[in-house]
Amino acid sequence: MRHILSILLENEPGALARVVGLFAARAYNIDSLSVATTEDTTMSRMTIVTHGSDDIIEQITKQLNKLIEVVKVVDLTDGNHIERELMLVKVRAAGKDRDEMKRLADIFRGRILDVTDKSYTIELTGDSDKLDAFIAAIEPGTILETVRTGASGIGRGERILKI
Amino acid sequence: MSQQQLTGAEIVIRCLAEENVEFVFGYPGGAVLNIYDEIFKQDKFKHVLVRHEQAAVHAADAYSRSSQKIGVCLVTSGPGVTNAVTGIATAYMDSIPMVVISGQVPTHAIGQDAFQECDTVGITRPCVKHNFLVKDVKDLALTMKKAFYIASTGRPGPVLVDIPKDVTANKCAFDYPKEITMRSYNPSGKGHSGQIKKAVQLLLEAKRPMIYAGGGVVLNDASAQLTKLVRMLGSPCTNTLMGLGGFPASDPQFVGMLGMHGTYEANHAMQDCDVLLAVGARFDDRVIGNPGHFFRDGRKIIHIDIDPSSISKRVKVDVPIVGYVRDVLDEMIGQIQASDKKPDAAALKAWWTTIKGWQSKNCLAFKPAKADGRIKPQAVVQALWKATGGDAIITSDVGQHQMWAAQYYPFDKPRRWINSGGLGTMGVGIPYAMGAQLANPDATVACITGEGSVQMCIQELSTCKQYHIPMKIINLNNRSLGMVRQWQEFFYGNRYAESYMDALPDFVKLAEAYGHVGMKIEKAGDVEGALREALALKDRLVFMDFITDETENVFPMIPGGKGLSEMILAEEL
Repeated sequence: MRHILSILLENEPGALARVVGLFAARAYNIDSLSVATTEDTTMSRMTIVTHGSDDIIEQITKQLNKLIEVVKVVDLTDGNHIERELMLVKVRAAGKDRDEMKRLADIFRGRILDVTDKSYTIELTGDSDKLDAFIAAIEPGTILETVRTGASGIGRGERILKI
Repeated sequence: MSQQQLTGAEIVIRCLAEENVEFVFGYPGGAVLNIYDEIFKQDKFKHVLVRHEQAAVHAADAYSRSSQKIGVCLVTSGPGVTNAVTGIATAYMDSIPMVVISGQVPTHAIGQDAFQECDTVGITRPCVKHNFLVKDVKDLALTMKKAFYIASTGRPGPVLVDIPKDVTANKCAFDYPKEITMRSYNPSGKGHSGQIKKAVQLLLEAKRPMIYAGGGVVLNDASAQLTKLVRMLGSPCTNTLMGLGGFPASDPQFVGMLGMHGTYEANHAMQDCDVLLAVGARFDDRVIGNPGHFFRDGRKIIHIDIDPSSISKRVKVDVPIVGYVRDVLDEMIGQIQASDKKPDAAALKAWWTTIKGWQSKNCLAFKPAKADGRIKPQAVVQALWKATGGDAIITSDVGQHQMWAAQYYPFDKPRRWINSGGLGTMGVGIPYAMGAQLANPDATVACITGEGSVQMCIQELSTCKQYHIPMKIINLNNRSLGMVRQWQEFFYGNRYAESYMDALPDFVKLAEAYGHVGMKIEKAGDVEGALREALALKDRLVFMDFITDETENVFPMIPGGKGLSEMILAEEL
């Protein structure tokens, strides 16, 4: 099953390598990973999307907690949460495709960030399924390039991950 | 007036003194020359010069295992570190508290492929509890404090501090914190009392209780608590390879070691008990075999461990208790004493009748040799036990001799049995005996080894000469890599691929070349006399080369992937 883990960790060199190394060493999956510093610059917040049986997810959480630099780990999938991912897509947009591409971007609430006479660069935000759906909706041949950030997640309401 | 400015090298020495370090095991090199220069000028601790960095780490590891103190070693950058990696991984697998200090090329040269540069933090990351690269001398003292704190608290483990050469030369004021707290590291202590209550309830109601205790009992110095609890409950108790000595082997409630080469009674009691209490143990593959075969419907499992990730990793447990085993056992003992419930005497009596039935298999029996016959390796271990009054510190290497040592030298006290249980590192025997002897100068220290393992760190015979380490080396020489040969005999149709050791050295001459005493023993009848003679040479290292019966195998044995009740006994072959 897919799980989305939120990790608060010390903003120190090597901390990211420890997390990634743990997943590699114990043969866990990383579907996506995003990380940046928080408002407190001594701390980083990481979101990892992974999948596995309940036993594996339990071990992943425990093993992450064992890392000295990890302050807190929360499995967001345990409760209500919001997740968002950002995607930039460069698509072919010439001739009759040009209007169609603009309409499709509008339907998905995308924004066109850059325009040439042959292409659009579209910014799209949403959960990972929505981004997948957009990719599926456009003709594969028209995609020139995609770049995705991986999901970032946060608990709904009063659910807060902080020290 | 401003505080006195110290160099990084001076700070390292001061930190080690603050931690009351007694020995540093190491090997000098370019990147650590500043530190070595300060070692030359001080007399707070002794430096032990090994002959290979791997041995420095093993010796520091055994120093820790045999003394409750933190082992410290010091190696140079590049190859100094890569040589140390086997030792670090060995200590990590067995959760041994240790601080490894490594030199690094100067900060400005890092990443430039400098001479003797390697990514030490990267290379060691998967086999340390934590590691640090100190880039600024101002961080050095605090980092050293953190290293000792992390190594020795929670589930212990090795911590590495990598110090670039310029950091050892730069100066700053020295301030060593007495106490330290870290927001990201708070090893939890006492165990949840509600969970402990549930556990006590289960144990008091058990018809067939069983206690399975591992290395955590030894590491946390909880033997007295474990012994008390087992006696209160009247249950059988088994120890893992790492836990031997954690419960006295001479106690009638002890049913021997369990696992792949454990006793018939211990393994069957594990399977057939109705309440299993695991204490500081981790249900690893060599202990329970296949987790699928281990499962029993209705059996309740209680698991005490300081490391939450050890709980429900291989085996689902019913009552997890996270905490220091000593504290948790104390609380359990208190609760049992306060309870009006008593263990079910009638049920226990029936349970012990079953266990005695298993014990009557006499699974460790072996055919004794005639006096002029070939030496049985098991008999050498038994004779050593007799000759040392069962009170020696025994180190071993890895293989058949290690299992025989574990089976035939019963330990009544913890920290007397020093071996590489998790990583299974051949070559640890001699350096382990060095570390153990330095930590326990008055103890008899014997290294039970084989002609394969002993050659993996044989160069340390030279270190032993330099520091007058009077260990007794019991070389069970069967002219083959015995455990490999045993598997080839059982599972590979007697195809002995590369398990035969041709062209062995003359170990007597070798020992003499290093300045020690060498003995060769070839007849079964000569074993006891030779051991007495060797042990009488109290201030000399004696290398005893026992030419043993090479056809002997380790029994009982659970083939890989099988369950605990699928043991092969010697008599069945």
